Amino acid sequence: MPEYNWPEPSKRRHIGKRTSRLDGPDKTTGHATYSYDVNRPGMLFAKILTCPHAHAKITKLDVSAAKSMAGVKSVRITQDVGTEIQWELDEIVAVAATSEEVADDAIRAIQIEYELLPHFVTEEHKDKAPSSEVAKEESTGDPDAAAAAAEVKIKGFYGIPAISHCCMEPHGQVCEWEGQDQLTAWCSTQAVSGLPGQFADKLEIPTSNVRVITPYMGGGFGSKFSADRWGIDCAEMAKEAQAPVKLFLERNAELAVAGDRPSAYAKIEVGAKKDGTLTYWSSESWGSGGIAGSRGSPPLPYVVEVPNRRQKHISVVTNSATARAWRAPNHPQACFLTMSALEDLAAALKMEPLDFFLKNVGLMGERSDIYESELQKCADLIGWKQRWHPRGEGKGPIKQGLGLALHTWGGRAHNSNCEVTVYPDGNVEAKLGSQDLGTGTKTVIAMVLAETFGLGLDDVKVHIGDSRYPASGGSGGSTTVGGVSSSTRRAALNALAQVFEKVAPGLDAAADQLEIENGAIQVKGTPDRSLSWRKAAARIGPTPITASGKNPGPGKLNDSGVGGVQMADVSVDVETGVVKINQLVAVQDCGLIIDLKTAESQVYGALIMGASYALMEEKILDPVSGRMLNADMEFYKLPGIGDVGKLEVHMMTGERHDKRGVIGLGEPPVISTGAAISNAVANAIGVRVPYLPLTPDRVLDALAKGGAA
Amino acid sequence: MAKEEMGEQAASDLSRRDFLRGGATGALTTGLIASVGSPAEASSHGKVLGPGAVSAKLRINGKVRAVEVEPRTTLLDALRNRLDVTGAKRVCDRGTCGACTVLLNGKPVYACSVLAIEAQGQDIVTVEGLGSPGELHPLQAAFIANDAQQCGFCTPGFVVACKAFLDGNPDPTLGEIQKGLGGNLCRCGTYAGIGPAVLEAAKALKGGARNA
Repeated sequence: MPEYNWPEPSKRRHIGKRTSRLDGPDKTTGHATYSYDVNRPGMLFAKILTCPHAHAKITKLDVSAAKSMAGVKSVRITQDVGTEIQWELDEIVAVAATSEEVADDAIRAIQIEYELLPHFVTEEHKDKAPSSEVAKEESTGDPDAAAAAAEVKIKGFYGIPAISHCCMEPHGQVCEWEGQDQLTAWCSTQAVSGLPGQFADKLEIPTSNVRVITPYMGGGFGSKFSADRWGIDCAEMAKEAQAPVKLFLERNAELAVAGDRPSAYAKIEVGAKKDGTLTYWSSESWGSGGIAGSRGSPPLPYVVEVPNRRQKHISVVTNSATARAWRAPNHPQACFLTMSALEDLAAALKMEPLDFFLKNVGLMGERSDIYESELQKCADLIGWKQRWHPRGEGKGPIKQGLGLALHTWGGRAHNSNCEVTVYPDGNVEAKLGSQDLGTGTKTVIAMVLAETFGLGLDDVKVHIGDSRYPASGGSGGSTTVGGVSSSTRRAALNALAQVFEKVAPGLDAAADQLEIENGAIQVKGTPDRSLSWRKAAARIGPTPITASGKNPGPGKLNDSGVGGVQMADVSVDVETGVVKINQLVAVQDCGLIIDLKTAESQVYGALIMGASYALMEEKILDPVSGRMLNADMEFYKLPGIGDVGKLEVHMMTGERHDKRGVIGLGEPPVISTGAAISNAVANAIGVRVPYLPLTPDRVLDALAKGGAA
Repeated sequence: MAKEEMGEQAASDLSRRDFLRGGATGALTTGLIASVGSPAEASSHGKVLGPGAVSAKLRINGKVRAVEVEPRTTLLDALRNRLDVTGAKRVCDRGTCGACTVLLNGKPVYACSVLAIEAQGQDIVTVEGLGSPGELHPLQAAFIANDAQQCGFCTPGFVVACKAFLDGNPDPTLGEIQKGLGGNLCRCGTYAGIGPAVLEAAKALKGGARNA
């Protein structure tokens, strides 16, 4: 049996190097076919009639005019008369027709009436909520005694709103039936292997009759794990019409219904000794992820385990669609709430935040020394010691400030199966029912494959994005890179062991005495007793060798638990309230890095997404109508290329990180950015802006309540 | 465009239309002006198209393609739904994000905000017309080298916008790139790679590489 480990650093040809993503040529030329790009012969186009009210009962529904229109092939009532609709833009009727234009006309021809019911969409005012419940309440140590004994204490209120995922490729799919019970669905999904079961369950067919294909994927960020009701509708319409149907959400539904990160608001009290040692934390937080409540609670206090603490979280129900996992669920909220309060406490202590966090680094758990080195590294990169000033000290209308935040994440490798085939001509391929969301999954698999066989990237093929390949987990929680790299490594080593068995007699050695070195199989340490890879492969006979590998499995190939530090440098115009990012610096650890280039891209991207929710993003729900007022990309703001400042990324590498194995990276770097920017703004203007995003009106409002004028 | 040949009302209508469209769609044809003008004007200058499908010819990446589209169909939907040219992506569908950027007579436009019938008689270049996986345009090569893409859904629009930007400014600074490419949005956060990619492509193109 092979030894399942990663090659020694000195022997790596691919792992840890900067490799350009292998699907780059297809993506940059428009040759990459996303699910939204799939056009099938005779395909119909579907549209959805959605509810314009946040809470209403359907009192009349007449689809006869739509049904009789030329070109309309299927009309499917999702929710009929008498149904109580709980959020704006919920689906009522789906229509499939020969063109989008005809489908639009058919939607307009549907007659529907509603009885309006009272709605609630403003969870910040939780006392007015018709429905809420305590989601979590816990206490550690003796918070009351610690509150009384604290030498310095602050009280604050902070709030971070619901935001939307805003995937560039909207949610949706193309469904096509073969006969009455064989379904193929091209889905924009984060869970290729998991989706067939969801379709099969609702459509009452065997799971093995459903094939899900996702060749390329236009962004998910946690929002695309479900077949969704519109997916089932699409399949049902395709069945009725006996033709393929394409159904993708319009942008307003994509923003309002298919994407949501729960809000979080908190009253926080935190205390310390005069020397900055944290002793006391108390928080009452609340938030909403729509009709299903807050969906968990932010882990408070975040990263720093204050010895005496109590926290209570209240889940508030609102009339909006259910939240979906958003990149590091609950962590950006917890980070913003905690780091804001701690930075406010540092200001009350008249301590530099960097010193304050270093003073309390012992409360940061088992990897506190890594946080310490990350704080120092990040401070060096941004020039913290030379440039930090006490809050609000700056002349003129443009105030500059620095802020920092810390974060943590698990990133444990998910379950994954991989099948590796070695062909007699030396070609090698891997198959996994995984998906590449743009993180570089396919490239990472190819690198592991090529590394294991001592080959170049051109010599290996990777097949993912099809549920007919061996099952692999959904891509959520930063679990993919650990899972697929480990299953691929094990499968490749198993295949290689079989090749060794075939060629060992010719080399007059035992199979376990062979190794791969410089593109050849040789007797360990004896280069003159070797066979080139192609010659070796030719000896396996006419039948290719196939081996599988899975995760979890033997050998330590992956781990979980990472940390990171981010610092922000901002300028705030105190006359207009406009916040400009000068620089963002991220220092991040994630164990053994397979592809340094795409790993860094993940962190750059996270900084930009963090800057986006720090300065711009917010689902604005109108208390009067219950509608989302900015369900379009003009007013649901995302930053452009000129809005994010200078970005710097430093990945922690070296033996200590290396020997942990592979750990996921998608979530962690997006957690700290909002908090770091908020702290930098407080440092610049001398007063806390208690809400994200840091829009000019909120900055001016905070200034009006006291701060640098 | 011979304004003097048209009535006063039509001429004023034309100038308003040109103003509203700005540089987005380039010059309009006389026939089109007549067809989309006021009903009275239309009846005297040409027939009203639609509401059903009409025959149109579109010159896409150098090839003329016949297509049946309703007059209300956007160029983007005609490309994607009728002609299976899917490089341009539909994201915001209302002229904000730039994912559907194509070139019309060399100028960048949002294909979601141009009617298919308006694009007749013009050169339409999509991302597929700039290069192929086997023969990359220097911009496409630079996007790959600088990892200026993640999910890649905004990438085709960005590549086309960058092409038009470099055509107008072959030797840009990073600051000019950040202003000039403000009409395209990315959700994964690939801006860190796009700036260096455009600078690298500009350098390669000045060195004699093809920009066609």
